[in-house]
Amino acid sequence: MKNFRGTALSWQVVDGTIELLLDRTPCNEIGSATLAELEQFTAALGNLQNEAHALIVSSARSEGFCAGADLRELYRESQKLSPTARASGVRDFLERIHGVMNTLDAAPITTIAAVHGVTFGGGFELALACDLIVADKMARFCFPELRLGLIPGFGGIPRLKRDLGNAMVRDLLLTGRSINAVKAQSVGLASQVVAEGEALRVARATAAQLAKLDRHTAAAAKAFIKPIPDDELRREIDIFCDLFTRPAVEAGLRKFVDSTDALPYLP
Amino acid sequence: MPTLEKTTDEILALAAVHFKVSRAELKPEDDFYKKLGLNSLQTLDLLTRLEQHFQIELPDYELQGVSDFRTLAERIHARL
Repeated sequence: MKNFRGTALSWQVVDGTIELLLDRTPCNEIGSATLAELEQFTAALGNLQNEAHALIVSSARSEGFCAGADLRELYRESQKLSPTARASGVRDFLERIHGVMNTLDAAPITTIAAVHGVTFGGGFELALACDLIVADKMARFCFPELRLGLIPGFGGIPRLKRDLGNAMVRDLLLTGRSINAVKAQSVGLASQVVAEGEALRVARATAAQLAKLDRHTAAAAKAFIKPIPDDELRREIDIFCDLFTRPAVEAGLRKFVDSTDALPYLP
Repeated sequence: MPTLEKTTDEILALAAVHFKVSRAELKPEDDFYKKLGLNSLQTLDLLTRLEQHFQIELPDYELQGVSDFRTLAERIHARL
């Protein structure tokens, strides 16, 4: 499928670049609808990458790139289930989103996340699965999961460890604070920081540059420099599922869903 | 190093420009959440603009319990 328009995202091939556009109100929260369409995308990627040398992931929402998992859906749906079924349901969701992230991470074409505004939780993890992050200077990155009594669960911890020093990983995970684009670039997360509203244009210019390079060589280089330990990804799922069954998580989710706080992601 | 008064004045000027409020309406003791009508996204926007303007890092938790411009200026001043 060369072009697709769903309820949460769309994609098209433009000048040899696949453009995946997230567009779900309010800020591309990843719930069951987005996951299903991301799976459609990764299933189509095998054919799409035959006619493309790059992939750009961006957001149509002014609020930001992606605010992470759809916590309202997670809370609502988990309330309908027994504790055993909850644990099983969340593991199934994590296995599926890991499948999406792993496919993006290992795609033989170069992938670019063009981010702005809120790039939190699962949204941050999606950006980390890409090869390059082009950040609007108003982008903010954050792993707020500890507020809920959880850890990032979409493969974010092994990917963060791959890209950053352990001290910065601990800072982001254990404080849950957000960092701006300039800080993200200084620690090695973002490859470029651009003016407000310019991330997609710069990502396209970067993709145009990639078209000049031999794609076989680029794929070989990527495969060499971007391995990720499978056992750490599996361990992350196990830890997340163990934590998810604790009463503190249900309380944390309820507090988040009910919050009118200006900084609801903070512990 | 700028004085606390100058830091406060710069915050008020920045807030007035970005949140389209008359500078004359803003006072150091004002509750900036109420005065600027900030929601969670706008609060992040303000935080980012303050970090850029003063070229500092201001962790989100430094804003917890802070609602007036003067105290915000003190938190920023401590990082200049």
